[in-house]
Amino acid sequence: MLENVRLSFQGIFSHKIRSFLTMLGIIIGIAAIIAIVSTIKGTNEQIKNNLIGSGNNTVKIRLCQGEDEVNFAWQSVPDGVPVITDEEKKLISELEGVEKCTVYRQHNYVDNIYYGGTALESATIYGIDDTFLATDGYQVCRGKGFSPKDYEGFSKVCLIDQTVVSAIFGSDDPIGKTLDIESEPFTVIGVVAQTTEFEPVINSVDDYWMYNQMDGSKIFLPSEIWPVIYKYDEPQNVIAKAVNTDSMTTVGKSTADLLNEYLTTGENSKFAYKSENLLEQAQKMQDLSSSTNSMLIWIASISLLVGGIGVMNIMLVSVTERTREIGLKKALGARKGRIALQFLTEASVLTSIGGLIGVICGIGLAQVVSKMAEVPVAISTPAIVVSVVFSMAVGIVFGLIPSVKAARLNPIDALRYE
Amino acid sequence: MSDVILQLKDVDKSYYIDKMPVPVLKKVNFKVMNGEYVAIMGPSGSGKSTMMNIVGCLDKQTAGEFIFDGVDIAKCHDKQLSIIRNAKIGFVFQNFNLLPRQSALENVELPLLYAGVRKSERRRRAKEALARVGLEDRMYHKPTQLSGGQKQRVAIARAIVNKPRLLLADEPTGALDTKSGEQVMDLFGELNSEGVTVVMITHAMEIAERAKRMVFIRDGELFDDDRQFHHEPHISSPVIDLSKEGTDDEISEQREETAAE
Ligand SMILES: Nc1ncnc2c1ncn2[C@@H]1O[C@H](COP(=O)(O)OP(=O)(O)OP(=O)(O)O)[C@@H](O)[C@H]1O
Ligand SMILES: [Mg+2]
Repeated sequence: MLENVRLSFQGIFSHKIRSFLTMLGIIIGIAAIIAIVSTIKGTNEQIKNNLIGSGNNTVKIRLCQGEDEVNFAWQSVPDGVPVITDEEKKLISELEGVEKCTVYRQHNYVDNIYYGGTALESATIYGIDDTFLATDGYQVCRGKGFSPKDYEGFSKVCLIDQTVVSAIFGSDDPIGKTLDIESEPFTVIGVVAQTTEFEPVINSVDDYWMYNQMDGSKIFLPSEIWPVIYKYDEPQNVIAKAVNTDSMTTVGKSTADLLNEYLTTGENSKFAYKSENLLEQAQKMQDLSSSTNSMLIWIASISLLVGGIGVMNIMLVSVTERTREIGLKKALGARKGRIALQFLTEASVLTSIGGLIGVICGIGLAQVVSKMAEVPVAISTPAIVVSVVFSMAVGIVFGLIPSVKAARLNPIDALRYE
Repeated sequence: MSDVILQLKDVDKSYYIDKMPVPVLKKVNFKVMNGEYVAIMGPSGSGKSTMMNIVGCLDKQTAGEFIFDGVDIAKCHDKQLSIIRNAKIGFVFQNFNLLPRQSALENVELPLLYAGVRKSERRRRAKEALARVGLEDRMYHKPTQLSGGQKQRVAIARAIVNKPRLLLADEPTGALDTKSGEQVMDLFGELNSEGVTVVMITHAMEIAERAKRMVFIRDGELFDDDRQFHHEPHISSPVIDLSKEGTDDEISEQREETAAE
């Protein structure tokens, strides 16, 4: 067998140009497939990373009306949605797969915030408990966080993120400054930022598209002060941190189920707690990008097919050219199987070399595509292995007919062949 | 063990051209004993190579029986024939038939490869065979780097490397000059004296004379020796007298043809 492989290399190198042209179809086909697969994989990894955050296993469970999240900044509080109690919070944190959880209120697109004469547009205000920052991966990077006193004493204090700092404070030190929120003065006591482990946290597919354009301003208030500026009976949302990425889906579901038990909005109400299933969303987006690209793979396969036919053609020519050699080998006692194996080996060595060259070209092509189209690429080792094995298989399949033809030659006709 | 190595009994061979049979061998009876040295002579197209191919188990007869080493070849499968050719028969061709890209040594190793001999053993025996034909210093040469006579000696080394019982040669000196031809014939003589049965086709009388026995084929019919040939009453004139070389027009014509090729 090794001997056959060696002979095949000898044969291939003695007809360099012919062998290269024969391999071309395979090279192009494999290169295209590798480039496409690398691009798909790169895009998918980017989607997955962005959507669920690497290492951040938090799931948001939000009150929704139908498909849409309820925003109490301009919606009234519905009947039958109770405020989440500490007891429920404890039940949630005891659910399987939940590491910790936090309950918070949220108003989106709030405009009524001023620092002196400067307005802050479209901020998100959170009313948070003492576990929120740790659960959602925030760290206080300047000033300090909320103390138990701030909660108990209804202190009008707030935490802001870097976006707020750059939007309204500029180079001023924000600590100790006063923000007017809904006409109430709040003292800024700290600046928070999400730890790198939690970044980028993107909470929905829509957010994913918005992520690069804007990173909304965030202001955090102690949950106790919330009823002073907003309504006291506003329902909350929940963030549950799962022990690992795979349990995110079940954690989200069981938390939502638990919360929905307490709803008394009636059979036909559209209100329900829903967990965003980020894994599922990521999956859908990946499927989308994969399905468009799998069309391309089919096209590349046609190139492989054409390449395979080219190999078959050249192998048939080779059998004819080497009729005398085959006849001689048979006269010397070579059996059918050995002759067939020799041609099969030659065909598959030919296509395997083509496959290897194709892989190298494909990796190069993927890099070029990533530079030009600014899409991420990730080289997939399984794809490389499959490509090489597949091109070898193409050689075996398309080498079959020529090999059988060679093996069936009658030694006498072969020896007489001119 | 029988003393007969091969025997053709009433062998017919016809080729079919457009489904029409063209008889080439007609009721050929031919018997070779172990250790014999036979030369086959006859005009071009008379069926010498055709008979040689049947004897070499490369082709099958249309009718009649061919027994090789006690085995009825007509009943053998492809695989059995491969084994017989590999182990018991050595072929030497007019045009050498060496693999052009392989070295002399690799060419000689081929039959051993097909016999399943281990690599180191193959090397050793192939070198031995090349030394036997006096080419130990040309082992790594490719066929294109060898003279005609050297190529034929490589071919002989290849034919004998498996230590076959029977050596078949179809015009082994046909493409060689006199001196190289002599060398090849000397080798055949030595091999025969060591017990190898040799059957050889030739057009040249001085080559044929080296053999211990001559047979003659004419129009597909075989005449076992010159005596029988002479006494065959229905043979067309002019009577070919093999003992008086060169007097027969047909033979000399034939030899001129060969020389002209
Ligand atoms: N494959 C074939 N198909 C048809 N006819 C064939 C075939 N092979 C040989 N013949 C015919 O058989 C006859 C004998 O051919 P063969 O090769 O045995 O002659 P030969 O005695 O060896 O001649 P030479 O001395 O020229 O080599 C020829 O007439 C040839 O035309
Ligand atoms: Mg002939």
